[in-house]
Amino acid sequence: MYEFLTGPMVWISFGIFIIGLIVRGVRYVRGLDWKLDRVTYHTNVSYGVKGALRSILFWLFPYGTRSWRKNPWFTLWVFAMHLGFLVTPIFLLGHNILLKEKWGFSLWTLPEAVADGFTVMVIVSVVFLILRRIALPEVRIITSWYDYLLLLIAVSPFISGFLAYHSLPNYYPALMAHIVSGHIFIIAIPLTKLSHFLLFFMTRAQLGMDYGIKRGGMKGKGMAW
Amino acid sequence: MPEGTLCNKKPVTTKEQLQALLADKSGKQYYEEMNELEVDRKALWATIQKSLKSRTKTWLEICSHCGLCAESCFYYLANRRDPEQVPAYKIQRTLGEMIRRKGGVDNAFMQMCMDWAYSRCTCCTRCGVYCPFGIDTGVMFSYLRGLLYGQGFVPWEMKIGAGMHRIFRAQMDITTEDWVDTCEWMAEEYEEDWPGLKIPVDKKDADIIYTVNAREPKHYPEDIAEAAILFHVAGENWTVPSEGWEETSLAMFAGDWEACKLQVESVYHAMERLNPKRMVVTECGHAYRATVIEGPYWAGLESGKTPIESLHYIEWVAEALRTGKLKIDPAKKIKEPVTYQDSCNYIRNGGLADVAREIMSYIAEDFREMTPNREHNFCCGGGGGLNGIGRYREQRNIGMKIKRDQVLATGAKLVIAPCHNCWDAIRDMEEIYEIGIRWSFLKPLLINMIEVPEHLKPPEEPEA
Repeated sequence: MYEFLTGPMVWISFGIFIIGLIVRGVRYVRGLDWKLDRVTYHTNVSYGVKGALRSILFWLFPYGTRSWRKNPWFTLWVFAMHLGFLVTPIFLLGHNILLKEKWGFSLWTLPEAVADGFTVMVIVSVVFLILRRIALPEVRIITSWYDYLLLLIAVSPFISGFLAYHSLPNYYPALMAHIVSGHIFIIAIPLTKLSHFLLFFMTRAQLGMDYGIKRGGMKGKGMAW
Repeated sequence: MPEGTLCNKKPVTTKEQLQALLADKSGKQYYEEMNELEVDRKALWATIQKSLKSRTKTWLEICSHCGLCAESCFYYLANRRDPEQVPAYKIQRTLGEMIRRKGGVDNAFMQMCMDWAYSRCTCCTRCGVYCPFGIDTGVMFSYLRGLLYGQGFVPWEMKIGAGMHRIFRAQMDITTEDWVDTCEWMAEEYEEDWPGLKIPVDKKDADIIYTVNAREPKHYPEDIAEAAILFHVAGENWTVPSEGWEETSLAMFAGDWEACKLQVESVYHAMERLNPKRMVVTECGHAYRATVIEGPYWAGLESGKTPIESLHYIEWVAEALRTGKLKIDPAKKIKEPVTYQDSCNYIRNGGLADVAREIMSYIAEDFREMTPNREHNFCCGGGGGLNGIGRYREQRNIGMKIKRDQVLATGAKLVIAPCHNCWDAIRDMEEIYEIGIRWSFLKPLLINMIEVPEHLKPPEEPEA
């Protein structure tokens, strides 16, 4: 089982992840309609590119926009969580040892204590976001079981990974849980709302082009995000 | 399929239909008939399938339900943070639900959608600026209005307004003759004080073609005279078209996209017919939005631009002040604290925030910004057609509290509102909340402030 999950299943998961995201991206772009969206994507390209880049970049950095600044705690935990999601699995020592064993190469790795810190940061962030969903009426009313499920899918590999690392010598059950939940996370990205992994950039670019081309971008200094 | 004689799925295209609707006081019979109006579910779903593309579909799908849009919405704030006023909630309960049910909705649902699309959203698009994914709920509510219009679920005044555009190419029943007569009348009326004042109609190859809001010829003809005086003093070579003079679009508020196209094309035809260099639009926000920003798309112009360069009135004023065509008498600058109402339609959605500030730097000694301001300003409370809809008066008046508090916080007693919708809303706000403020367009203020060259002044009365 372990061999399968760390062998062929990796190909399957990443295959679904990559192909799924490509399909998402292609479908998004193909579905843009200059007349219905009322944005001339093709004719005012320089304004569009500028608007798209501004729209993505301002939002890509914590406290880069009015909205991020107005919600300092939310911004802190959301960025901490996403940073943890991206950095920890890629630069984890254990993952890179596995990578070296299987494919013969590895990346630069995080000191183990730092990786541990990132893991805890992800877990704490998710706990904060869950409590926020429960506590704030304006968030509670739009929250469904699906939102909790996604948080669960995303945090499971981190909880199980943390347990596996800290429960030597009897780490096998936690490790298996970690591997399975990791696969679920990767597969869920293209298939669920987690597709914002890619679509965040798409929708941000689209609204940026809208503002950059049509809604004032040709007259003003660009939208003050 | 039961359809009312007044409330039905067909657009108003004849004067008789229009008369019948207008005769129905406050839309009493119209809304009664709406209770019986059947939803053509197949047609609704077909329209959705044809018009719901990846942008909107993705917006609805990936919304993370984070709630950052809540505080961006003035309705949410004005209604004491009612969670039911969160933009993400409002759009999911209406458009989102309609799509999930594949158009399989009933009369009650459609009426709920109509009520929410008009009385819980003015399409100010502020929420889109606060969403990390750039989900623009205002744009989606506008799309929803289009779906509702196609099924006959549209407020009585909006049905009439869209019909007016179809019949008169204006939001009100003003014929070409009425319009031209009004221009002539105004020129005559003011000629004594402003020798040589003319309102040239259909002059070819002018530098400026000036277009207005139908309310001006109908209710405030002096606004046209004021525009004429300012063009006259600035020495502009300008004209108004006899046809294609109306910039507004109640059809846009109604979601009648076909009427939107007819309306803006009448303006574009005037541009082609008269060959002016540039167009200047009166002090109206949604008019500029409709004809300059969105219009090219309805008309299918691939450039995304109007056939000739088009300016909002504040752009012309700023240019005239900058180039010295209009000079402000320093002694007559506004001395008292004064604030500026940033219209959603030409500031947030038109990029003209700096232009407005430039004007204020010329005319005001104590300009006070509202908080928030510029692209982040709140809707006046009457946008999206709401000022004109009797059914939602109460909801509108509650929403206005945000603007009231914003104005009060500046300490200014004068609000400059170069937008008909904002101007109306602020007038009504004063009537309802009595906070002791005045409000004004730019034109009358400018006329009192400019230096008039000697040769344009009326000859001195010989002393008796």
